[in-house]
Amino acid sequence: MSMVDGPTPLHTAKADQAAEDRGAVGTPPGSSAAARRSGWFGGLGEKWQALPRQKQWLFLILVVILAYLLPIINPPLISTEPGNDFPLACQTMAVWALVAVGLNIVIGYAGLLDLGYIAFFAVGSYVTAMLTSPDSTFLKIPYLWTIPVAMAVTMFFGVLLGVPTLRLRGDYLAIVTLGFGEIVRILATIIPALKGQVGFQNIGHPPGTDASGIPIFSNSNGTPWYWLTLTILIIVLLLAGNLERSRVGRNWIAIREDEDAAETMGVPTFKYKVWAFAIGAGVGGLSGALMSGQVGFVSNAKFDVVTSILFVAAVVLGGAGNKVGAILGGALVAYIPLRFTSIAEYKYLIFGLVLVVVMIYRSHGLLAARQQLLAYGQKAYAAVKASSDAKAAKAKTGPGKEAAS
Amino acid sequence: MTESTEETGRHAGIPGVDADVAEAAAAERDIAVKVGDDLIEVKNLTVKFGGLLALDNVSFTIKRGEILGLIGPNGAGKTTCFNAMTGVYKPTSGQVLLEGRVLNGLKQHKITRAGLARTFQNIRLFGEMTALENVVVGLDARHKTSVVGALLRLPRHVREEKSSIERGMALLEFVGIADQAATLSRHLPYGSQRRLEIARALATDPKVLCLDEPAAGFNPAEKEELMQLIRTVRDDGYTVLLIEHDMKLVMGVTDRIVVLEFGKKIADDVPSVIREDPKVVSAYLGEPEDDFA
Repeated sequence: MSMVDGPTPLHTAKADQAAEDRGAVGTPPGSSAAARRSGWFGGLGEKWQALPRQKQWLFLILVVILAYLLPIINPPLISTEPGNDFPLACQTMAVWALVAVGLNIVIGYAGLLDLGYIAFFAVGSYVTAMLTSPDSTFLKIPYLWTIPVAMAVTMFFGVLLGVPTLRLRGDYLAIVTLGFGEIVRILATIIPALKGQVGFQNIGHPPGTDASGIPIFSNSNGTPWYWLTLTILIIVLLLAGNLERSRVGRNWIAIREDEDAAETMGVPTFKYKVWAFAIGAGVGGLSGALMSGQVGFVSNAKFDVVTSILFVAAVVLGGAGNKVGAILGGALVAYIPLRFTSIAEYKYLIFGLVLVVVMIYRSHGLLAARQQLLAYGQKAYAAVKASSDAKAAKAKTGPGKEAAS
Repeated sequence: MTESTEETGRHAGIPGVDADVAEAAAAERDIAVKVGDDLIEVKNLTVKFGGLLALDNVSFTIKRGEILGLIGPNGAGKTTCFNAMTGVYKPTSGQVLLEGRVLNGLKQHKITRAGLARTFQNIRLFGEMTALENVVVGLDARHKTSVVGALLRLPRHVREEKSSIERGMALLEFVGIADQAATLSRHLPYGSQRRLEIARALATDPKVLCLDEPAAGFNPAEKEELMQLIRTVRDDGYTVLLIEHDMKLVMGVTDRIVVLEFGKKIADDVPSVIREDPKVVSAYLGEPEDDFA
């Protein structure tokens, strides 16, 4: 299959070293493309990739069913009660997971450090509030219709922020987005129509009442809200997966890895950065709309920069670039203060310490899996592996050969 | 280039090169210029960095189907010329034309799509991507799937994804690293990384392939292999611009050589004439070579 008959002598030394590097991170050379990092979950991604497709689906379906049943089972040790209502805690976790998945597109895929993501969350919340709350003077539409509207408006804001700022890179972009996060909060304070600290009450919710006439989606009933958010989360995950295994995902990762080289390889980098911003913003607005619907109240107080930093912490903690990691990170960052209410006021201290520790021992986050960037890549990789395995079995050659396989 | 038939004949004789593989890696190219005519014209190209004149009124042409060497001592302006052609730098004055179309002022990704692909002197692969994914990024330059199309997995997306696996593997096989397709590019051995850069540039389906010191850091045996690869690339119908300062490599593989010194063109001829040119000898060959680091 190969055209070169094994590496030349100089190669061998280098290939050996490369093999050693890979050995050091716990992956035998020539194995599947995924999971090349070590750590507490080392090899997990690889095992997952090695499972047949049917088993993967079966496992996923089980996980999804368990996730749906979570507020009903209310597992004793995991439960946040009596301090906090568990179904509501589940809803909060799901919203944070959704936020982390959205922010992961911006930070994890395209490599754009957005410290002002809270702004999109805020815009989504306000759009829903202003279109459903009796406190606002806007026209009213049903709650469920505000969700696409909120997404569209936040995507517009994403483009609005992205077009002037995405010419900046790295730290400069981070500072500008941090400023944008503050601008939205301050605008909510000073523009009379946005009602500052007074805020909007009685924000709408999806229709439906139970037998006794109480709305199913009431503020205190977390379970239906959680199911709604979880369903949306799953849809967003599937769509994000589609993007990842496509030209779009590859272009994003290429931009993250080396923007200049990406541009030279024909990637319209600016366009794809704006897309990442817009799609990330859309998901942020979506989660804002869900949060404000469940809480029923929106004011400027909730959208401070510190929360925005927590969003980033969730993505980094879970594993930037991996959407499953982002879900874990988002859920954890929401869960810990609710579960351990006695230490909740120290949450910034704790997350700060945790982040430091994670960065030292596991710099790619808790669940660091590499993206799958090819829709039909598995077959090609399997074929390559099979042919090189066959070759290795046929002729036992030097170590350089094996390392190159 | 007059020996094209002879070259193609030699094609099958090159050890390790599979004619079928070369066929599969070759793309449908629609080039308006005939073989032997000017494909690229560099006209009076001047690049200034502040007060420094990096490139002074340089003009040369690249004919379709040839391997043109661009040589000169360190700091002569080879890479600057390259960067000005591929849109990294804006030339102070002068023009670069591809098939008569002016490339100046176009965005870099547009220049790549117009048909001018390059590799980097210091390897710049996408480290967290596998070799195959790196190549597919190059292939994406010719793809037309939109964000919505990818989101909903529309038929065009499916078609392009499937074809890109095939083309990508063919290109990897062409440069001889198909067995490492699933390896992260930062884990590849150095020689394979250089080859992957060439495969990735070829994936954008260029009319002209610009190689910026592709043999840097190679030992003589590896250089020999690389020369054969470059010849195969040319025999496959690509036009190649090669920057190199290893004279042996350049003399062995190029059809024509342009020599730069201090930003000026001092010679432009076939290798045998360049070898004897006193200006070139004094400017370049007289200097000790230091590239065998």
